[in-house]
Amino acid sequence: MTRRWLPLAVFLVLLGFLALGLTLKPHELPSPLVGKAAPAFSLPTLNTPATALSSQDLRGKVWVLNVWASWCAACRDEHPNMIEMARLGIAPIYGLNYKDQRADALGWLQRFGNPYVASLADTEGLVGIDYGVYGVPETFVIDKAGVIRRKFVGPVTAQIVRDEIVPLVARLNS
Amino acid sequence: MKPPGRPENEWRSAQHEGAWSRLPGRSAEEPSAARRGKTATGRTALAALRSVVASVLASVLMLVLALCGVAAQAIEATPLAADPALEARVMKVADELRCLVCQNETIAASQAALAIDLRRQIRTQLQQGQSETQILDFMVQRYGEFVRYRPAFNPTNALLWIGPFVLLGLAAFVLMMNIRRRADASRELSDDERRRLGELLGNEVVRS
Repeated sequence: MTRRWLPLAVFLVLLGFLALGLTLKPHELPSPLVGKAAPAFSLPTLNTPATALSSQDLRGKVWVLNVWASWCAACRDEHPNMIEMARLGIAPIYGLNYKDQRADALGWLQRFGNPYVASLADTEGLVGIDYGVYGVPETFVIDKAGVIRRKFVGPVTAQIVRDEIVPLVARLNS
Repeated sequence: MKPPGRPENEWRSAQHEGAWSRLPGRSAEEPSAARRGKTATGRTALAALRSVVASVLASVLMLVLALCGVAAQAIEATPLAADPALEARVMKVADELRCLVCQNETIAASQAALAIDLRRQIRTQLQQGQSETQILDFMVQRYGEFVRYRPAFNPTNALLWIGPFVLLGLAAFVLMMNIRRRADASRELSDDERRRLGELLGNEVVRS
């Protein structure tokens, strides 16, 4: 009797694995930086190219780092959600303008709105490497002590803002 | 540095929110003659002929490229170190790293913007006197264990490493059991069994 059902059982187990495989997103890699101190940086911002903003300046507050670029189409899809998040005023959003040109970036912000307190100009993508950025957009939530608490790969949706970022920031602030 | 054209490491949204895919991490200038040869394999004779011509062209192109290795190197428009020994070391390290944009390629093989950046990073760090292990650690710290093209053996992936051998052992065991049972079945029937077999076969005489 068992012999008869064995192939079916094996098949069902295999089916289970395959079904699970369909739900995985191989492009969303877990970041080893979550739970670690956010890499230090000191970069000029888009608006003030002469002065640098450093990670040290952002200590003591919960903040959001959003990696974006004017050449990135998915960023445009994501952008209304960033604007909405800025309107909610839960945490300051800083942009990391990744491998972009200043004029293009400023034009993009003028056209679609600017949710960022400031955007760091990472022209060479070196800070991007330090943050393990491998696709744009990516979004980090960083706590008061400068520890990365969460990383979102790909566009942040309205649902992610509502269900994940807002509660997380509230918890980190309390 | 402004990336040439639209960099590949960009999320492209699909029709539904939350379902996106990446642009393929290939540059436009990649020799496509060979691929063209493949896709042109149509049903009509004309298409077949075209495919043959394309294949021949591709072969000729390969030959030309092989003959002038210097020219082949010039295709890669990344800043090469003046020192070929250093460049060899860069490629050796890059060969150990996975390109995260096109995940089945190494950093050495990929033309994705991120791979080019990381090769530059490796070059800079080698010039600064970092060891190859230090650079690999640098990458793993930022991109995670997945960045290793040759995964290290650790508790998380131990099952993957030893799994095939366990399965092989299991299969060998099942095979052995089967062989033993078959050997068991080929023995002579006892008188009792012969009588029962005779009954089942409608009282025909069963000879051994």
